[in-house]
Amino acid sequence: MRRLTGVNSGSWLTNVSAVLSRLPSTFFRSRRPESDLSRQLFPEAENGNGKFKLENGSRIGVIGSGPAGSFFSHFLLDMTQRLDIDVGLDIYDPRDFAVTGPTGCNMCGGIISESLVQMLAAEGINLPTTVVQRGIDSYMLHTDMGSVRIDTPLHEKRIAAIHRGTGPRDIDAKDIKWFSFDRFLQGLAVDKGARLVRDRVDAISWQDGRPRIKTRRGLEQDYDLLAVAVGVNSPSLKLFQETIPQYQAPQSTKTFICEYKLGPKTLEKYLGDSMHVFLLNLPRLEFAAIIPKGEYATVCLLGEEIDKPLIKSFLESPLVRKCFPPEVSPEPPPCHCSPRINTYGAVQPFGDRVVFIGDSGVTRLFKDGIGAAYRTAKAAAETAAFAGVSREDFRAHYWPKCRDIDFDNKIGKAIFALTRQWQKRPRDLRGIVRMVALEQANKKRAPHMSMVLWDLFTGSATYGEILWRALHPGFLSRLVWNVIVANVPLRRGKLP
Amino acid sequence: MEAGGLGKVYQDGEIIVRQGEVGNAMYVIQSGKVEVVEDVDGKSVPLAVLAENDFFGEMALFEDQVRSATVRALGTVRVLTVDKKTLLRRIQQDPALAFRMLEHLCHRVRKLDSELGKISTAR
Repeated sequence: MRRLTGVNSGSWLTNVSAVLSRLPSTFFRSRRPESDLSRQLFPEAENGNGKFKLENGSRIGVIGSGPAGSFFSHFLLDMTQRLDIDVGLDIYDPRDFAVTGPTGCNMCGGIISESLVQMLAAEGINLPTTVVQRGIDSYMLHTDMGSVRIDTPLHEKRIAAIHRGTGPRDIDAKDIKWFSFDRFLQGLAVDKGARLVRDRVDAISWQDGRPRIKTRRGLEQDYDLLAVAVGVNSPSLKLFQETIPQYQAPQSTKTFICEYKLGPKTLEKYLGDSMHVFLLNLPRLEFAAIIPKGEYATVCLLGEEIDKPLIKSFLESPLVRKCFPPEVSPEPPPCHCSPRINTYGAVQPFGDRVVFIGDSGVTRLFKDGIGAAYRTAKAAAETAAFAGVSREDFRAHYWPKCRDIDFDNKIGKAIFALTRQWQKRPRDLRGIVRMVALEQANKKRAPHMSMVLWDLFTGSATYGEILWRALHPGFLSRLVWNVIVANVPLRRGKLP
Repeated sequence: MEAGGLGKVYQDGEIIVRQGEVGNAMYVIQSGKVEVVEDVDGKSVPLAVLAENDFFGEMALFEDQVRSATVRALGTVRVLTVDKKTLLRRIQQDPALAFRMLEHLCHRVRKLDSELGKISTAR
């Protein structure tokens, strides 16, 4: 029996361990995985009653079948099959993604980044037109100082707009022409041999060093590895915090997402194949976007604790109103939600025979959450298949990938702080808009600013790469020149 | 083109990759078919017909050579471009990403072996 679970058993040693392992959440938020103190206190937990390797007959449990859970299942089964290891994998999720509305929805903007679309294609996973509702080939940047279009570098549709579920709550049955993206990924995992269990995991305990889950319908099962992919909006996350003391869940903030039913013709006329992004001088708003899909336009607001007054200010902004027909009310439509997204990753998202992937572990700040789910899920699957499932294995092979994302998010925070300053400074904003407009009008010009903004909005590059390019002396001197010229009174408004 | 179609559409006969050019991308067919032809002494020799989910152009990513053949659309085809820099950087971070490409190249070598065997037997 793994004694770490006996936090309430009354053993002073167990209580000391639990208190020590909880110290970082009480006093400071450490980005480093905890020390091996609990292992020194409980050496018998190190090996459980078996080896920390997957072998024939091993059983793997995956909790949650969003992108992280499905990618993990798909890749782990693919790798173990290549290694001739016969394992059984169960995915637990009570949700049915074939159902419309909140029951089958994962509350997300629904964008697959340019880099992820390419990587999936290289993996042999091509997103079908029955899942992709619209291919995005450009961005429209709207600022208080003007709007400008940024085309994809290759003039090719390489960004996919999807619905995570089957569709918003007010969708008509006749308009259901696309499959849920999450259901598509679930299908990939099932095709590889995963068993989908439509049940909620209610309890986790440890049995001879192995995790045991108990579901709402009373099913009990022991596993050699448990992958947790529940997301920050799931109540189940609390369960893991209580059962796995070294794990600290990610910090998150509230966002806002809503779905306007516009129909294909109106979407084509007002939004086209462009994602519309907004850098507006509204307090607490970091970033906002309108994403055209098949029948709907998804509005997505990211920032610090997005609340009703901020949503109202944004939806009533003249720049936003221009993206909708006049008859569409600025009131939030029937299908809207305020999901939480990560602002800081989890602390120690792994342990012996347990790993946290996707949002419940570490994800990218504001962008490319599905891309981060793919990366962390695959890194965890590779660790389990090729290295092992001990805490040390995850620390050596999985944690570095999470740490890279976590470090990059710190750079991302600095970049978003800078863009917040731009939003408040019309002179700078005017220069940026001018620089992009000139680059887009003359394709012979190197699109430095266009690419920086493209990668920032699409999540196609890391924040580190974006910062590196933005600090280039050539880039900075061009930016300064454009800010000066754009603010010469006679030249204002003379954009291409 | 369907609203949800990713990549770029090429019409019948349009050249996607030209023999002798420097390549900095590989391509994945999303829908339709392409024909691979090699120019040998001024004659166009058909090498293969590729369909949905097939790759082409990946050889130029791994060896510092120009494109070995021309690829053109057979009817309307939709093709997704995968950038060399993006792909190689990801393979460096995640070598398992190359599994599928290695599998594809192995399949191609096996097919060539079989073709060579047939030619030798015919002689």
